[in-house]
Amino acid sequence: MTFSLEAVVVRRHARTDLDHVDLAGRAGSLSAVVGGDGAGKTTLLRTLVGALTPSAGQITTPARERIGYVPASSGVYPDLSVAENLRFSAAAFGSRGEGRDMRTRELLAATGLTDARDRLAGNLSGGMRQKLAFACAMLHAPDLLVMDEPTTGLDPMSRSELWRLVSIALGSGTAAVFATTYVEEAARADHVLVLDRGRTLVSDAPAQVIRDLPGQVVSLPGATPEHPSWRRGRVRHAWIATGPPPSEARAVEPDLEDAVIVKALAARMASLPEPLR
Amino acid sequence: MSLLAIRELVVRFGSTTAVDRVSLDVAPGEIVGLIGANGAGKTTTLRVALGIERATSGDVDLLGDLPAHQRRRAVGYVPQSLGLWQDLTVAQNLAFVAAAFGVAEPRLPASLAGSARVAVADLPLGQRRRLAFEAALCHAPRLLILDEPTSGVGPLERSELWDRIAEARDAGAGLLVTTHHLSEAEQCDRVIILLAGQVAAAGTIEDLRTGHHATVVRAADRTTALRRLDTAFPAVSLAGHDIRVPGAPLATVATALGDLAAELDTAPATFDEVFVGLARQT
Repeated sequence: MTFSLEAVVVRRHARTDLDHVDLAGRAGSLSAVVGGDGAGKTTLLRTLVGALTPSAGQITTPARERIGYVPASSGVYPDLSVAENLRFSAAAFGSRGEGRDMRTRELLAATGLTDARDRLAGNLSGGMRQKLAFACAMLHAPDLLVMDEPTTGLDPMSRSELWRLVSIALGSGTAAVFATTYVEEAARADHVLVLDRGRTLVSDAPAQVIRDLPGQVVSLPGATPEHPSWRRGRVRHAWIATGPPPSEARAVEPDLEDAVIVKALAARMASLPEPLR
Repeated sequence: MSLLAIRELVVRFGSTTAVDRVSLDVAPGEIVGLIGANGAGKTTTLRVALGIERATSGDVDLLGDLPAHQRRRAVGYVPQSLGLWQDLTVAQNLAFVAAAFGVAEPRLPASLAGSARVAVADLPLGQRRRLAFEAALCHAPRLLILDEPTSGVGPLERSELWDRIAEARDAGAGLLVTTHHLSEAEQCDRVIILLAGQVAAAGTIEDLRTGHHATVVRAADRTTALRRLDTAFPAVSLAGHDIRVPGAPLATVATALGDLAAELDTAPATFDEVFVGLARQT
């Protein structure tokens, strides 16, 4: 394993931001951390890169200088040019000389930023800035790449470009972890960890999460009071925890989005007092 | 009749054409998704529709008239930044918006009832988004424009926010939603894709996916396969053990792999891959 977190707990200001969370990944693997605002995604990533010290639990990661980190703010310096940002990152990681220059040229070409090398990072589009942040984090060819919501604000084309770059990094043996609020993005990962208020809601390979879905998911024309349902386009999907589905129900092939919603519903029901379930 | 009808809209800034002959309609009782690359002309189109920006040429009809400040009374708008007062409570925010529009204060929905006296700054994002909807809906707008209305929230909360959006649609409002994400686009009755200032495609999400495929490659030597495919095709990426090559026919992919042992299959394109395909055609 390139990295592992075991039963990690992070408490801050009398609040538990992470509650016994596990995550591990080997070389070349992609892990997705999914959750909404306040789920603990950033806390988990910051703990992984050593920016936060956990209150309890075991953490194994490569040395700090073998980790690349793209924070949610992208972390590039707006007043420096593209080339200056890369040179600064290289200096921070102690990389210099011919090796650095070659790696910089490679990354500029791969990210399509060669012609923008003299532009100020602050003047780049969101997609270009995110690619620059990726290049800065990959300059020292880290063993572990950690990205906090790298696709937020990116259009589908810039997103495809970013995933292409991440794929090349995975192919060369880097383990990567990224946070997202969109389940659909986690479908490409080898492992998906869904957090809900600091707790693990789901942790498995995406296909396994779907296979392990309790009960069944059906499609209904409208909402019913008997079964919890959620909107998927022009139909509703409903979760039949036990028993037969209503007669108007149609079977559907659940996807990861359905599976995660079912897990969230099941957890919510389990937290209700008995008579309300 | 359309609430918003845009015909052959052109907007030029100096020598740059931001919007190039875009036509679109939003009718009562439908959710239209506006999806586009950054810089594709989405925001400019919306600004013209709201009367903030001027058209270079073309026709814009907002609620039966030219876009003007007066029309805005019948339009609700929820920006990315939500436009709420951070220092005011939930109840104060709603009271303020209701007073500004001269309408009765709306009742708080159940999900916000317990937070009436909480300052917006202290509210979780999902509740803040919900409040922004209620504020935009309190004057019963006929047209509602939402900018990535569920970004940043978890999957269950997202589906609950979409219930509220669909409720407004079912009550007869027309909605125009800008987004970059499949989980939002699939909730729209139809979507319009803008690329380089032009409408590149329009229809339901299923319509748009039709005819777009990816070749899926599974190779024991993933690294070499990836290197060879990335050299030959754009937007190649990993999904678990598989390498996805959007828009490339199986036979071409097989040729690019050369002597490398691999299993190949054809799969429907993902939402992002459809975009890559459309961008290549444009």
